[in-house]
Amino acid sequence: MQSSLLFQLIINGLIVGTLYGVIAMCFVLIYKSTQVVNFAQGEFLLIGAWTCWWLVVQAQWPFWIAFPATFLFMLIFGILLQMIVLRPLIGEPIISVIMVTVGLSIFFQSMMKWIFGPWPQPFPDIFPMKSVNIGGLQVQTPYLMSMAVSLVIMVSFAWFFRYSRMGLAMRATAFDQQVAQSLGISVKRVFATAWAISAMVSALAGVVVGMVNGVSSALSFFGLKVFPAVIVGGLDSIVGAIVGGLIVGLIENLAEYFDGQWLHLGNLYTVAPFYVLVIILMIKPYGLFGTRKIERV
Amino acid sequence: MGEPASQNATAESILSVNNIEVVYDDVILVLRGVSLEVPAGKVVTLLGPNGAGKSTTLKAISGLLATENGAVTRGSITFLGENIANRPPEDIVRRGIFQVMEGRRIIEDMTITENLRLGAFTRKDGERAIRRDIDMVFSYFPRLQERTGLSGYLSGGEQQMLAIGRAIMARPKMILLDEPSMGLSPLLVKEVFTIIEQLCQDLAITILLVEQNARMALKVASYGYVMESGKIVLDGTRDDLVNNEDVKEFYLGGDKERKSFKNLKSYKRRKRWL
Repeated sequence: MQSSLLFQLIINGLIVGTLYGVIAMCFVLIYKSTQVVNFAQGEFLLIGAWTCWWLVVQAQWPFWIAFPATFLFMLIFGILLQMIVLRPLIGEPIISVIMVTVGLSIFFQSMMKWIFGPWPQPFPDIFPMKSVNIGGLQVQTPYLMSMAVSLVIMVSFAWFFRYSRMGLAMRATAFDQQVAQSLGISVKRVFATAWAISAMVSALAGVVVGMVNGVSSALSFFGLKVFPAVIVGGLDSIVGAIVGGLIVGLIENLAEYFDGQWLHLGNLYTVAPFYVLVIILMIKPYGLFGTRKIERV
Repeated sequence: MGEPASQNATAESILSVNNIEVVYDDVILVLRGVSLEVPAGKVVTLLGPNGAGKSTTLKAISGLLATENGAVTRGSITFLGENIANRPPEDIVRRGIFQVMEGRRIIEDMTITENLRLGAFTRKDGERAIRRDIDMVFSYFPRLQERTGLSGYLSGGEQQMLAIGRAIMARPKMILLDEPSMGLSPLLVKEVFTIIEQLCQDLAITILLVEQNARMALKVASYGYVMESGKIVLDGTRDDLVNNEDVKEFYLGGDKERKSFKNLKSYKRRKRWL
């Protein structure tokens, strides 16, 4: 009985881990191309989830239209956010920019509470079955869907950065902004693209988590989990973000298992990832996949 | 000196820099009235000691000055009849001027092909044309084709070739080359310069070349300018410069009678330019 619980938790951990990985990837995308640590990443989830919820529940749109519409909204939101708030800050000290993202985080969280109220709102059931039985394990349908979509997103990220013109331009900008400009790349446009993609993909995670747990400001705490994930993976590594996300997801659920079985401290799973963060920072400050610069001797 | 650019001013000049003044951080005056003309299809070189303002002149043309908080505060830069001073760099690349920056500056964590593709960023003539040009670059630099892996592991000479190849990928009308010989062995310098000369001929690319290695530069250039502390102090055709006593002494060296180190210590510039 106990081992089946452990299995269930490991599966949960992997599924939530891929979601963390996707959010962490979005975070890394912004950090890598614009050097901004975005503390408002969690709020992207929140805004995305509320938007989708509003479209489905209030505007009565069918989910399969509301979902892409949310994406489109977040795309425009990301571009506008970069253009209006962050573009004027280019060239300012990095700490000012980071403080602005902290401000944005508080602002959006309060605004969402103001518009939609402080209570969690459930999504109507989108899928006919709430959960699916796979080999004796219960997996919630939205999570299963998210797993599939996350994998698609990861593959398309990999493709985007390796083969697409804009992806190469983003990597070049991350490496050296002056060189990028000398190649005719508009750094402003790269920045806007980074924020847009990040906002869009985070919203996906927001919608999925919202469908399972209901939409509430707790979602932005979900976004906070990206910090252990990206620190474990290394701040500027996309692969690291995914691995970090999986590790954090697993640690969380294993912590819950140990806690429930032996320790009985309660709520260990929410703090465990942050313990890992501290330990990783002590032994590997650049994370598992952080950049090692090529040194030619 | 009077009008430094007058001798080279012709109707066919593709780029003309007219008496520009460049200021960094709103206070530091770096260029004080620089004028030069580059005729289409030719190699023109800009010589001078460290800190004379050669690189700044190139950055003023390519617009990269803005990335270092500098600006052209007076004068104009005319490329194909239009003033491009203080335009954003991406606009200038689209107009056909591509700068190969000092120190090669390739994207080290990308492969050679990815670097070349980035060079073609502003082009809109499709994947097939880009692929054809990648092959063309490899035909100029066969040793790049043999190398695999990240370009950060290339040797200095190979990186310089990649930087030039990346510039070709943009299919520019004009390339601004900043010290291509820096840190290369004499043999590689020769190779790189041969290719520069070829490029100019085969693809009809105009080149403005900044060099410390005046001897090599004057081999490929048809016209040269000499800069010192933010001003053009001398200009002339290749033959004028090569035979100029001051240029010989300050830039080309290799006098007939060898100077002993004893004399070198007290060696002072005999004559001021102005």
